[in-house]
Amino acid sequence: MNGAPKLASHLLAQAMPLDPGSHHMLYPAAPQAGHIEWLYWFIFWILFAVFIVMIAAFARAGAKTRAVSSVMLPILEKDEEKDRRAGWAVGSAIGVTVITLFVILVLSVVTGKRVEGLTSKNPVSIQITGHQWWWEIIYPNPQADQTVTTANEIHVPVGTPVVVMTNSKDVIHSFWAPNITGKRDFLPGYSSAFWFQIDKPGTYHGQCAEFCGLQHAHMGFSIVAESVGEFQAWQQQQLKPAAEPLTAEALRGREVFLTHACLMCHTIRGTDAGSRVGPDLTHVASRNMIAAETLPNTAGALAGWVADPQRIKPGTRMSPNPLEPDDLQAIVAYLQTLH
Amino acid sequence: MALAEPILANDQDTGQSEVALRLARTWRQPRGLWGWFCNTHHTDIGIRFMVTAFIFFLLGGVLAAAIRLQLIRPENSFIGPDLYNQVFSMHGSTMIFLFAVPMMFQGFGVYIVPLMCGARNIAFPRLNAFSYYLYVGGALVLWGGLLTNTGPDVGWFAYVPLSGPAYSPGHRSDIWSQMITFTEVSALGVAICIATTILRHRAPGMTLNRMPVLLWEKLTISLAVIFAMPAVMVASGLLLLDRLVGTHFFNPAEGGDVLLYQHLFWFFGHPEVYIIFLPGAAVVSTLVECFSRRRIFGYTPIVVSVVATGFLGFSVWVHHMFATGLPQLSESFFTAASLMIVIPTGTQFFCWVMTIWHGRLQLRLPMLWCFGFFFVFLIGGLSGVMLASVPVDLQVHDTYFVVAHFHYVLIGGALFPMFAGIYFWFPKITGRMASATLGKWHFWLFFIGFNIAFFTLHFLGLRGMPRRVYTYGPDMHWQGLNMLASSGVILMTVGVLIFLANVFRSLRVGEMAGNNPWGDAGLEWSMSSPPPPYNFLHVPTVSGRDPLWEDPPDQPVVVGLRDDIRETLVTHSLDADPQHKDEDPGPSIWPFLCALTVSAAFVGSIFTPWAVPIGAPPVIATLIGWLWPRGQSPSLPRTGESWVH
Amino acid sequence: MRRQLQLGILLAATIVGASCSREDRILRQPPSANDTLNTVQVSGLNPGANSIPTPPNSNMYQESAYAVSEGQKLYESYNCVGCHAHGGGGIGPPLMDRNWIYGSEPGNIFATIMQGRPNGMPSFRNRVPEYQAWEIAAYVRSMAGLLPKSVSPNRSDQMNIKPAESSTPKQVPTGITGAGEQSK
Repeated sequence: MNGAPKLASHLLAQAMPLDPGSHHMLYPAAPQAGHIEWLYWFIFWILFAVFIVMIAAFARAGAKTRAVSSVMLPILEKDEEKDRRAGWAVGSAIGVTVITLFVILVLSVVTGKRVEGLTSKNPVSIQITGHQWWWEIIYPNPQADQTVTTANEIHVPVGTPVVVMTNSKDVIHSFWAPNITGKRDFLPGYSSAFWFQIDKPGTYHGQCAEFCGLQHAHMGFSIVAESVGEFQAWQQQQLKPAAEPLTAEALRGREVFLTHACLMCHTIRGTDAGSRVGPDLTHVASRNMIAAETLPNTAGALAGWVADPQRIKPGTRMSPNPLEPDDLQAIVAYLQTLH
Repeated sequence: MALAEPILANDQDTGQSEVALRLARTWRQPRGLWGWFCNTHHTDIGIRFMVTAFIFFLLGGVLAAAIRLQLIRPENSFIGPDLYNQVFSMHGSTMIFLFAVPMMFQGFGVYIVPLMCGARNIAFPRLNAFSYYLYVGGALVLWGGLLTNTGPDVGWFAYVPLSGPAYSPGHRSDIWSQMITFTEVSALGVAICIATTILRHRAPGMTLNRMPVLLWEKLTISLAVIFAMPAVMVASGLLLLDRLVGTHFFNPAEGGDVLLYQHLFWFFGHPEVYIIFLPGAAVVSTLVECFSRRRIFGYTPIVVSVVATGFLGFSVWVHHMFATGLPQLSESFFTAASLMIVIPTGTQFFCWVMTIWHGRLQLRLPMLWCFGFFFVFLIGGLSGVMLASVPVDLQVHDTYFVVAHFHYVLIGGALFPMFAGIYFWFPKITGRMASATLGKWHFWLFFIGFNIAFFTLHFLGLRGMPRRVYTYGPDMHWQGLNMLASSGVILMTVGVLIFLANVFRSLRVGEMAGNNPWGDAGLEWSMSSPPPPYNFLHVPTVSGRDPLWEDPPDQPVVVGLRDDIRETLVTHSLDADPQHKDEDPGPSIWPFLCALTVSAAFVGSIFTPWAVPIGAPPVIATLIGWLWPRGQSPSLPRTGESWVH
Repeated sequence: MRRQLQLGILLAATIVGASCSREDRILRQPPSANDTLNTVQVSGLNPGANSIPTPPNSNMYQESAYAVSEGQKLYESYNCVGCHAHGGGGIGPPLMDRNWIYGSEPGNIFATIMQGRPNGMPSFRNRVPEYQAWEIAAYVRSMAGLLPKSVSPNRSDQMNIKPAESSTPKQVPTGITGAGEQSK
């Protein structure tokens, strides 16, 4: 869909703060996170019971304290009977501990298999590469012109398994969407794969979870789960080259883009800008947020980001762009046409 | 410093006082500035370790306060990302390398072990002094780095490739790596001293079966240090080689492996946390026994648990790497091992409960801290069980849940016993009692503040807040919890300030302490407070596990050791039968000079490879000075075996 | 006691004040350095004039290891490698040798990047922000071993094509050589 309804949904997504279950591992939106949440509560309640018993034991033991004075009481004689009973108590406590830990072990391994084991033969494959400090998302396809390249916002169809293949361009990052599944580290030189499946449509937030440098705090992403039809429509839209600008201002904006620093790092397919250093901007206006989920995708935020990204993410690789005000307006207008 | 003067004669029989005076003269340490650097007596070196480590605890706490101030509200601009990265990396490195190990293992150990063994000094006293100076050198290098904008900024574990040459330009990570080298050599030195003291310098009659739990723990930890430290020295050494020499150990493009660093580091890193926790547990065992007025219940299970924890600590390191995508079967093995290690710790807990339950508890100040330990460490250990499970760990790894967990186990497992131990042994070290009232204020403020600050972090982790973020967005619903956590720190700070006030006040006007104010059983309570320079008027013998409680009044003492030279007794490692006599080398400036030259060589090598050939000759010169044979007193008959310290 | 305190404060201040520029992370850039373009002169003012030596000028970025490292990353990102390889040259002249056609001072290199040069060097004015051009200029100098070892990059996380810049022996520049003497 395009035009007003899409704009409205974007504005809505930006206007509403994240709901309390967002980014919370105990509000699962996918079976993987669901299995983990179940295991978490199971272990938690067992350990809570252990805690209560131990605290009660220490409290009972501690309640028998004698009056505290600066004189220490005489030493107790050895009491065989008490020691024997204590021996039984400790022995059974150890036994209960061993059994409990064994139960936890078995359940962990079983849950781990449930979370990791993929049986589908037709997953959607996504190649995600971690950069300092953004996520490169590629939907590989044997046909090169059917390969979708985007950044920071992942779309997946509901009810379909999604396999993520990992890579990192520089340092170790970690891909973590708490509502969806456990995290996976992206190690340079290693390629691993994990999968998830989302059954409830919605937008799920994620964040890098392995310290990766100056802007580790601002390296977020989002997963948009939508119906199969919407997903395919999104894919088709992402494959198209950039829309031709229709207004004079947008045309001027494209000219500014191509004659300034922008094209040194960004790609806009359908123009001469083809650099892979920074995120692909061909469909930047179709995303909800910019700067790796740091800012909403609005004209004001875009202008601020383009003019001085170092103010918002100090240390990021994007340079400040001291443009003339008219040029800045034009570029923002152009970027906003790139649905 | 107003320590009480040691009472030279600790015996009712005043006819012994001549012996005491002679011994005091023989064993005295030199005075003055030069003498301070020549000192090799374990009590003085132990106090230095503890005081220095505590200073770094305070500095690390200042860094923690800075972290909490930055995180108190979203998009805060108190500290920018670059300084924040240095602050949290320094906080972790300072607390672990410059405070926890030097205080719990090196400081306490060096002070207490010879006293508990019945020895006049620690084994290898010059190595002991050298370890202290090297530790100070490493600490100065690290903090000098922070003050010159060269503080490490890649976290306390400095994963590659972030800490490698491509992504950490300059010398920040080199400073970190060399600090590791300093502190690990220092820890190795002390480990050798303590292990040798425990194995060869125990009082006759103190068979292994009669050793206090604390000595078993120090022996285990010494061996753990000896096996674990080389791993981190390799990790930091390879990192230095990659950064300074241009090797490719961690460069995937040339066949290197980034995961290798993690394995090497965590093979050290996990035993390290047991090196920090087990001394705390041993202090608790000692105090539980004393304040329940009965011998510890389950001596054998506790000793077996301590040793087992030391062993098993080496088998769980991969639980720090569950998110890296290792094969499931391998990860399951480490889940099993990580759960298994709960059993020995649980055993200790059960034995402590039973000791108190069937004892005559007197809840005095050090015991109050032990109860704080029970509460806090229990929570930390239980959250650790959650982390052992791979699927749960994959959600909470690298979040504030883990931060909460390890602060509960480290502060609960080391800091609470540390304060307990300080209040307990304060009379022995200084000759005065600390104020119980101030101590209780300290406890409650610290305990409540700690739980407010750190229990909150569990929830932050569950809500998805990752570690090591210098700020967060306003729409993440993390602000309230962060503000609550930051406010808890205020109470903790006030508690620590009260502690400092207590220490300074008690040193001047505290109630004078006798030999054994707590009525404890260990040999360290048999002499005056503070101990005289020769520790024991007569080297004792023991006939039970709790010497001062069980030994008969006519328990024999060792005779035949001279009092005009520094003679010590070497005993068999299993049953402590006397084997031969040995001579303590006495005060020496060489450990300090050697540490100076080694430090210069280490620091110089960060900046230029020439530091190695230029730095080596002075090191060799000082080593020659140190090891130069001193000859022996002509009247001392030598046995066949001779020792070189 | 008071004197010791004063000495202590002085020592602390010295340590803090001596904080290394090598470790500076310059995240906010100073204003435009465009006027440098007007001070670098590559040749005399009469037709066919010989090259004139350029007085040395400075580049604050070449004192910061972080800035030189950023320059290295930019050298790759902006595809300087495409013509100059990793210093060995190809379509473009080598950057790791003694010959500097248009001068080896930071200002000269900055001007070369901004203005472009005959025979193929594009002009990156408005494409590459000034501070990044200074960072790249610093890195280029390090390729010829002209920067101190402590700020030059060490081995990169790429394949090992050449020794790291910090191990490169210093190639003393032979001044502005002009286009004709490229092959020396």
